[in-house]
Amino acid sequence: MSAGRPPNLLGATWVLVRKDLLLEWRTRARANALVFFSLATLLLFSFALGPDTTILRRAAGGTLWLAILLASVLALGESFRVEQENAALDGLRLAPADARALFLAKSLANALLLMLLGTVILPVLAALAGVTLVQGPGPMAVVLVLGALAIAGPGTLYAAIASQARARDVLLPLLLFPLLIPALVAAAKATSLVFEGDPMLQFRSWLGLLAGFDLVYWSLGFVLFPRVLED
Amino acid sequence: MNLAQEGETRQTGLPVARALPLSNVSNALECIDVSKRYGQRWALARLSFVLPAGASLLLTGHNGSGKTTLLRLLATLLRPTTGRLVLFGQDGVAERATLRPRIALLGHTSFLYEDLTARENCVLLARLLGRPASEVDELLDRAGLAQRADQTVRTFSAGMKKRLSIAGLLLKQPQLALLDEPFAALDPSGIAEMEQHIRSLSRAGTTVVLATHQVEHGQTLCTERLHLSAGRATLA
Repeated sequence: MSAGRPPNLLGATWVLVRKDLLLEWRTRARANALVFFSLATLLLFSFALGPDTTILRRAAGGTLWLAILLASVLALGESFRVEQENAALDGLRLAPADARALFLAKSLANALLLMLLGTVILPVLAALAGVTLVQGPGPMAVVLVLGALAIAGPGTLYAAIASQARARDVLLPLLLFPLLIPALVAAAKATSLVFEGDPMLQFRSWLGLLAGFDLVYWSLGFVLFPRVLED
Repeated sequence: MNLAQEGETRQTGLPVARALPLSNVSNALECIDVSKRYGQRWALARLSFVLPAGASLLLTGHNGSGKTTLLRLLATLLRPTTGRLVLFGQDGVAERATLRPRIALLGHTSFLYEDLTARENCVLLARLLGRPASEVDELLDRAGLAQRADQTVRTFSAGMKKRLSIAGLLLKQPQLALLDEPFAALDPSGIAEMEQHIRSLSRAGTTVVLATHQVEHGQTLCTERLHLSAGRATLA
């Protein structure tokens, strides 16, 4: 057998993203559960806000992102449960896989799942709240991408921390939700502007805040994840 | 192996296993006054020994004596609470990233993804090691899993998972193989094959640390023996 050269950071990330996506595909029941959970959340919000379509339309951006955020807790926790079954994460550490590649791969896979979730529930929200994409699908796609990255980056870091705790299911939202408030506000506002139009040209500012949040927390995760994993 | 006699308990409350650690790159392992604590319980207490490269060490002891903890420390998956581990002349904590490609652990848990197939699990490891995926088929064949290569691990028995784990270990071609109860869950033919794999590793110059309750199997495979009792080392 030949001695090989291990992949670099990007190569290892690609190998691990493929593994995570393959696992998601194999266990599609989990993705289905996320979709149904989010749809139930949208329905509950629309019942709670009442039949007034003006209120529903105004709250549509926030409703979408709260549904994604609540579902993300399930997705993030599950993504580390898979790693703990048979101590597969220890196997990766010993392989060895670069801990930074593990962070990037897990965060990207979680972000892709959340983007997909947002895409699936968006038409349902449009039907419930009577909203349309006034600015078109392009800006909505950008908000979905940046918003999903904003949840997945710090979410993956905190899910890794919480996965080692006994009260992991409670700990993850307790750690994550307060941190995500700026991202939630920016994503909800940007989404509302996509639904209602942007006469004051605020859309780019909210996107800038979201992009800045992503940059800061993905960088922090990249640096801190190896310590979380090893220490 | 170089192990001195036990000393008495010191004021710290820790049992003492005195030793003669000699820092030497020809040693695969140098375990110098290593202790590991979980909460209030000391799983290992001031353990010291050295093991030359290429030697094979049989690790025995009752349940809870610290065998698995020691193997996980040697695998660099745990940090010692106190003391120092030197593997192949390198610090086992500070230089774990460079050491890990040289170490393989066959543990109580399989390190496998249940929803991936046997082949996919091995290909994942091969890719991370930078090895051609074509080597995987040969290894699965050697592990007796060629017929089940495309079935998910979730459908495997404990013995088959053990066989798949050994395939992963062989793929890595380690310089230090840490084997925690390698015969558990295997049928007689599986045990014979496992013995064959361990002998092959030793012949190839791999340093082997084998923890098992099946002492009769272990003694035929190892040149050294260390007995652990409540985290303390005793000469066996």
